Amino acid sequence: MSEKDMRDVYTETLIEMAETNENICVMEADLMTATGTKPFKEKFPMRTFNVGVAEANLVGIASGLSAGGKIPFAATFGCFAARRTFDQFFISANYAQQNVKLVGTDPGVSAAFNGGTHMPFEDTGLMRCIPNLVIFEPSDTVSLKKLIKQAADHKGSTYMRLQRKGKNSLYKESDKIVLGKGNVLKEGSDVTIIASGYVMVPEALEAAELLGKEGIKAAVIDMHTIKPLDKKLILEYAKKTGALVVCENHQKACGLFAAVSEMLAEELPTPVQAVAVEDKFGQVGTLEYLQEVYGLTASNIVEKTKKVLERKQIRVGVQNG
Amino acid sequence: MSNIDLKELKEKAKEIRIKTIDSIGFLGVGHIGGAMSIIELLTILYYKKMKIDPINPKMADRDKLVLSKGHAGPALYCTLADKGFFPVKWLHTLNQGGTKLPSHCDMNMTPGIDMTTGSLGQGLSSAIGLALSMRLDNIDRNVFAIIGDGESQEGQNWEAAMAASQFKLNNLIAFTDYNKMQIDGYTKDIMPIDDLEAKWKAFGWNTYRINGHDFSALDNTIDSARQSFDKPIMIILDTIKGKGCSFAEGKLNNHNMPFTYEEAKEAIKILEETNV
Ligand SMILES: Cc1ncc(C[n+]2csc(CCOP(=O)(O)OP(=O)(O)O)c2C)c(N)n1
Ligand SMILES: [Mg+2]
Repeated sequence: MSEKDMRDVYTETLIEMAETNENICVMEADLMTATGTKPFKEKFPMRTFNVGVAEANLVGIASGLSAGGKIPFAATFGCFAARRTFDQFFISANYAQQNVKLVGTDPGVSAAFNGGTHMPFEDTGLMRCIPNLVIFEPSDTVSLKKLIKQAADHKGSTYMRLQRKGKNSLYKESDKIVLGKGNVLKEGSDVTIIASGYVMVPEALEAAELLGKEGIKAAVIDMHTIKPLDKKLILEYAKKTGALVVCENHQKACGLFAAVSEMLAEELPTPVQAVAVEDKFGQVGTLEYLQEVYGLTASNIVEKTKKVLERKQIRVGVQNG
Repeated sequence: MSNIDLKELKEKAKEIRIKTIDSIGFLGVGHIGGAMSIIELLTILYYKKMKIDPINPKMADRDKLVLSKGHAGPALYCTLADKGFFPVKWLHTLNQGGTKLPSHCDMNMTPGIDMTTGSLGQGLSSAIGLALSMRLDNIDRNVFAIIGDGESQEGQNWEAAMAASQFKLNNLIAFTDYNKMQIDGYTKDIMPIDDLEAKWKAFGWNTYRINGHDFSALDNTIDSARQSFDKPIMIILDTIKGKGCSFAEGKLNNHNMPFTYEEAKEAIKILEETNV
């Protein structure tokens, strides 16, 4: 556990960077209270812009700031970051090869009490269709800090899915976390569980534990960067374990599962099973309730792992026979 | 409006306020501020102005309401429950898993809700579509729409403003809940929207500006708005965010506030002891 919430780490990291890099700016659209960037504003009032409830304008202005040489970090709820500003982010930021760091908070079921209208199950998917964009979703406070810094250094736009609340820390300060490279959290030889984000990575670790009790050795990878995808690592583990489960707090159709499956289909067809939202809209409820409803739980990961292991057996059978 | 009517409306508003505080307090967190500021408006619309039928919520020739600031849903749910659209006991299911009363208004879940909202800035356009449909179907009723002052910052409102005026939608009566606050602070500090009346006028609307907690003003203004010849109508309501909820009224942090059921009960007691 960290002492700070994810959003406090977000703000603290921006302040730390801004102290030495005068181009770092913060942008909000009437959700500063939610994102928690007020301390940044207090320190750097001239570099903080709250545009009001106007997300398209947020990303448009961010693109202009970038064209003027600044590095804007612009945040709003993920549903609006992705859906409301998609064309602005696509054209003014990405097509124009600008350097906009867009942040979508409250990914997937973590939108909880804000309900279906506010529940982004498709933001990663939309973003994946933008050429060259870097997409990442930190799973804890330590990786959050390290990844934001690398995103700031990256020349080009990025999209970060940010869990605002929660103090979970999976990593040690000394751990190496590199944007674009997955982190193997647990070794295993029977199956590989790939997960992304604050909600799913801990579920994946718990599932691996449960599977271990049944004698199944599952490797667990935190795939914090969804694009560019760490092909090398996935191929290594696909070869080594012959079966994968991909877990994400997102629609199955176009997110991490899709990215992994597309790559494997071309490079090394391997049985893959998804733990993701199955073509459904969001709804209101507590985080725990929604995780159950959409199957974003350790127990569903265990179930899907067994399913993929059956498919692996059949394949091995076919190859041997 | 007679004094008897006025007293009845005030009593009703008090009841709906109490129910709203109770339902949000039962859950422990919610959009209390923006719910409280539109209670008088919802009360007069549903008890005096709108043609609706709780038994037949989809009645073809009814008046319709788009609550574009969909986060104020709980206030509307309490009004609809009181009218008999669904059982009052549903109110305690607000926002809980499997509920028919989600945080933002959903036309497919809740009887009496005419349009799904929650992503700010979209409701006025929807209201225009509903008003155009009414015209095509020769239904001589009104579409009412409620937008927030913070919400007014969304550019889509101004696209809608042009369209409603171009289409001469005199059956569209919109309200701005001008409670002077949004999430991050006072609207004037975050992104000022004044001069609101001049803006809507410039876009070709008939405008009024009244105290949104004053039933007589609401009564007269809505009646007068209904006489509009060929323009859509914007009624700007000066309101107080959190109005009538002792711990929330006028507080900058009242947008989406956690509070205990005990605190809710205390605020309700204060309301109960106040004569209307
Ligand atoms: C498109 C969109 N952006 C952001 C939000 C998050 N949000 C909900 S309410 C709100 C502030 C709205 O302020 P206002 O319209 O003044 O509402 P009120 O004061 O009546 O509650 C914001 C930013 C949203 N629901 N939709
Ligand atoms: Mg307001």
